[in-house]
Amino acid sequence: MTVPPVLSVEHLTIRFGGLVAVDDLSFEAAPGQITALIGPNGAGKTTVFNCITGFYKPDVGRLTFRRETGASFLLERMDGFRIAQAGVVRTFQNIRLFPGMSVVENLMVAQHVKLMHASLFSVAGFLRLPRFLHAEAQAIERARYWLERTGLVDQADLPAGSLPYGAQRRLEIARAMCAGPSLLCLDEPAAGLNPRESQGLNELLLSIRDEHGISILLIEHDMSVVMQISDRIVVLEQGRKIAAGPPDEVRVNPEVIRAYLGVEDEETAVAVLQGEGARA
Amino acid sequence: MRLFGRPLNGSVRTFAPGGARVGNFRGRMAYFLQQLINGVTLGATYGLIAIGYTMVYGIVGMINFAHGDIYMIGAFVSLVGFMLMGTMGITWVPLACFLVLIFAMGFTAVYGWTVERVAYRPLRGSQRLAPLISAIGVSIVLQNFVQLAQGARVKPLPPMIRGSFELSSSGNFQVTISYLQIGIILVTVALMAGFTYIIKFTPLGRAQRAAEQDRTMASLLGVDVDRTISATFVIGAALAAVAGLMVTLYYGVIDFYIGFIVGIKAFTAAVLGGIGSLPGAMLGGMLIGLIEAFWSGYFSIEYKDVAAFGILVFVLIFRPTGLLGRPEIEKV
Amino acid sequence: MESDAKISIAALVRDAAAAALVAGLLAFPLLGFRLVDSARGLTLDTRLLWVVYAAAAVFCGRLLFSLARISLSMRRPAATRPVKIEAPGRTRYLFGVALIAAAIVMPWLPFADRNIIDKATLILIYVMLGWGLNIVVGLAGLLDLGYVAFYAVGAYSYALLSQNFGLSFWLCLPLAGLLAATFGVALGFPVLRLRGDYLAIVTLGFGEIVREVLINWGGVTGGPNGLSGIQRPSFFGLPMVPAATDGGTTFAQFFGLAFSPNQRIVFLYYLILALALATNLFTLRIRRLPIGRAWEALREDEIAARSLGINPTMVKLSAFAIGACFAGFAGSFFATRQGFISPESFTFIESAIILAIVVLGGMGSQIGIVLAAFLLVGLPEWFRELEQFRMLAFGAAMVLIMLWRPQGLLSHRDPTVRLGTPPRAKEAGA
Repeated sequence: MTVPPVLSVEHLTIRFGGLVAVDDLSFEAAPGQITALIGPNGAGKTTVFNCITGFYKPDVGRLTFRRETGASFLLERMDGFRIAQAGVVRTFQNIRLFPGMSVVENLMVAQHVKLMHASLFSVAGFLRLPRFLHAEAQAIERARYWLERTGLVDQADLPAGSLPYGAQRRLEIARAMCAGPSLLCLDEPAAGLNPRESQGLNELLLSIRDEHGISILLIEHDMSVVMQISDRIVVLEQGRKIAAGPPDEVRVNPEVIRAYLGVEDEETAVAVLQGEGARA
Repeated sequence: MRLFGRPLNGSVRTFAPGGARVGNFRGRMAYFLQQLINGVTLGATYGLIAIGYTMVYGIVGMINFAHGDIYMIGAFVSLVGFMLMGTMGITWVPLACFLVLIFAMGFTAVYGWTVERVAYRPLRGSQRLAPLISAIGVSIVLQNFVQLAQGARVKPLPPMIRGSFELSSSGNFQVTISYLQIGIILVTVALMAGFTYIIKFTPLGRAQRAAEQDRTMASLLGVDVDRTISATFVIGAALAAVAGLMVTLYYGVIDFYIGFIVGIKAFTAAVLGGIGSLPGAMLGGMLIGLIEAFWSGYFSIEYKDVAAFGILVFVLIFRPTGLLGRPEIEKV
Repeated sequence: MESDAKISIAALVRDAAAAALVAGLLAFPLLGFRLVDSARGLTLDTRLLWVVYAAAAVFCGRLLFSLARISLSMRRPAATRPVKIEAPGRTRYLFGVALIAAAIVMPWLPFADRNIIDKATLILIYVMLGWGLNIVVGLAGLLDLGYVAFYAVGAYSYALLSQNFGLSFWLCLPLAGLLAATFGVALGFPVLRLRGDYLAIVTLGFGEIVREVLINWGGVTGGPNGLSGIQRPSFFGLPMVPAATDGGTTFAQFFGLAFSPNQRIVFLYYLILALALATNLFTLRIRRLPIGRAWEALREDEIAARSLGINPTMVKLSAFAIGACFAGFAGSFFATRQGFISPESFTFIESAIILAIVVLGGMGSQIGIVLAAFLLVGLPEWFRELEQFRMLAFGAAMVLIMLWRPQGLLSHRDPTVRLGTPPRAKEAGA
């Protein structure tokens, strides 16, 4: 593989007081692929995400993000909002929408940076110059596109907080996509979804990868999602990487079966890793 | 306007003007020591008020804006108490002080309880600003109630506790610590000890700490959250009353407006020490008192409030959780 | 009290008696005794009857309130009601237009004497301040308890610029706004990363610091006495005085009118009306721009906003500076209207009133702010005769309105963009 990875994590270490949450973790995410980060609760997955997206500063380690243009960014030195501007956009485990704003407004906020430039820091916007009106119309179209993709177009003018749970999850992904990422980081997007909704999610994520060429980094417990759509899986346990590889390798890796499930009953473990709907 | 040019809100009376700046080392040390004593006394009162802010903020998450006025009420109730002692013929000062202490704590606590019950409890769980606006309204009501009931003029109380120890003297400048200052510091220490005991070892304290951590969970586990919050207001008001009593004795003058600026400074103290932390409140109070005393003693009395707020801003920028506050990890 | 249907009178009386007992306890030390400062020193008047009156009043009040609540079967309003998002309906739009039209014709109506126009001007100052602070508190969700500091900066800027450099009101107005905004940035830059309530207390402290500097920096600000003889406004260069001092033309001469002091009053009224409406239009428009949406997004969830590339510090700073700028405009209007300013006009209570107007109005509702300004500033002005009880009633009203409507008088939110309507139509509406 000659293409450089979209994200490389090298020797990442984070401590909270005496607790080592992530310990010397290194992995890479290839461009245009879905990389999943799995592991039992408390393995440090969300902490890794928080480092990548600038909410925590790692104690040790280097996080390099490369755009398709070739520009590269050292994420551990950047503020969270600059990381997002560079093209790493995330969703949250506990959904974080702007609940009092309407669905479409949520998507407009996501296009803030672009619109802000188009409005020449509000001057052109204030005068309603064509330059801004054009950009605004484009932004609305983009919002409409993602609402259609996520099946939310009928709820576009409702308060985001009033949507049902599954719709809020989809809206969060639509919002992240409106921000124009080249690496999309999803923190448990399938949590709380019913099987039909998770199936829809799979299709959405695959199309984001295939049609839009966007790399995805995924934390997920739902194996039916992970095993079906991931190109590569990285398994964490207690802050350490214990395995990495394509789904077929990982699911038969005895180390993973032991550590991830912590059960003797190998049959159940394997069944879960096959993605038969059971939840870890 | 009202706050300035009156010897109410600072160490005016204890502030030795220019002549005190003795040139030699001993003189300078003595001057320093005197400011230290004054600052600690002032800080003790700020600390007692700050506890009320910090406890309420810890549990309910609101700035009890009216707390400064509860302190003012405490000062007035104490003054009325002293006059009552006079009419009842209780003239032995320690007994009078003790009885007034009980009197003021009791009646001021009723104010604290009522304010919470009437103006804050119905707003629990509504938007963030509603209780704050309500609290500002309560503050205005209390000030104007006292102004109407007791008149707008400054109320003087002749000094009751006289006498002081002379710690050292050099030339024309003596370092003194008055009996009253000793009393203030001792009462504060005793209250702090008692209070720490309540929080650490009694069921009420446990309930308070639980409610502070997670109100919903505490109520699910059988803690009567409403009662715990009421108790918090009652304790806070009682401590503020003690501060009011001390200030009445120390400065000898009070009016209906003293609560405002002292309240702000006490809140500043609570934030400085780390809001939610009781030792922090005391420490913050001490620091604000010391800053004020030293600023008045060495620089200019005019800008002492500026100094206190300036330091608050400084601390918050470099240590946003205050000095003893737990550092918060942002939950994402 | 849980089951309203089966409440017995005995329970109501017990409840009222408990309230009366508490009231008696509250009244005993402070109403029952009065400290009197006589020639012999401090003495104590006893008037315990007042305690009985207070307890009786509370008993009756509580009983009546409970009975009224039952007979009207009033339910306690749910504390949290989600804010409705709705496009401005036709009625609300018309109401806004009617309100503006009424404000424009008001000075020409028969009842409008000098006194009424003066009071309307005062209300409009608060409406403008409310709209300005609404940008900071209502939209950006930043709790600013020291807004009056920027008002003071604007007022003193105008007074000092016009007195020391002879600049006209129309030149000073933008300068005052700019200076206030600069102050906003200078304060905001270090403190805007603080959590909401810390920000509140720091801004409160800042308000006090500004006032303290105004009092103590006597050489420039005139100290506690303030500045007087501030230049009154001119009608684009035409002074509104009986006779021009320097031989120029006065307003009355230019338009061939007889001089009347009412001309200035009416002019000032229209001036503040125009300034306030400009603030309103500005807010309505900027809400629909990316910056306005970013303010609301930060108010809703700062972490999510950051994760979408919004720079929280800059966005908050812009809200702070713009809010300050409008306070600066209002301040210079205040200075030119009064002709005299002193630190006494810029106490914390002013900040509290403005904040109360914003919150009572319903946080973000422009018309709500007008209503709240009428209630909080207008009504007390009409009851000036009851001078002493005015502030007491004001404070009580603040508490009661908050208890009655925790979300504010009008709580709705206009969407800044709608997908349901074609892009052209979304500009309509106020």
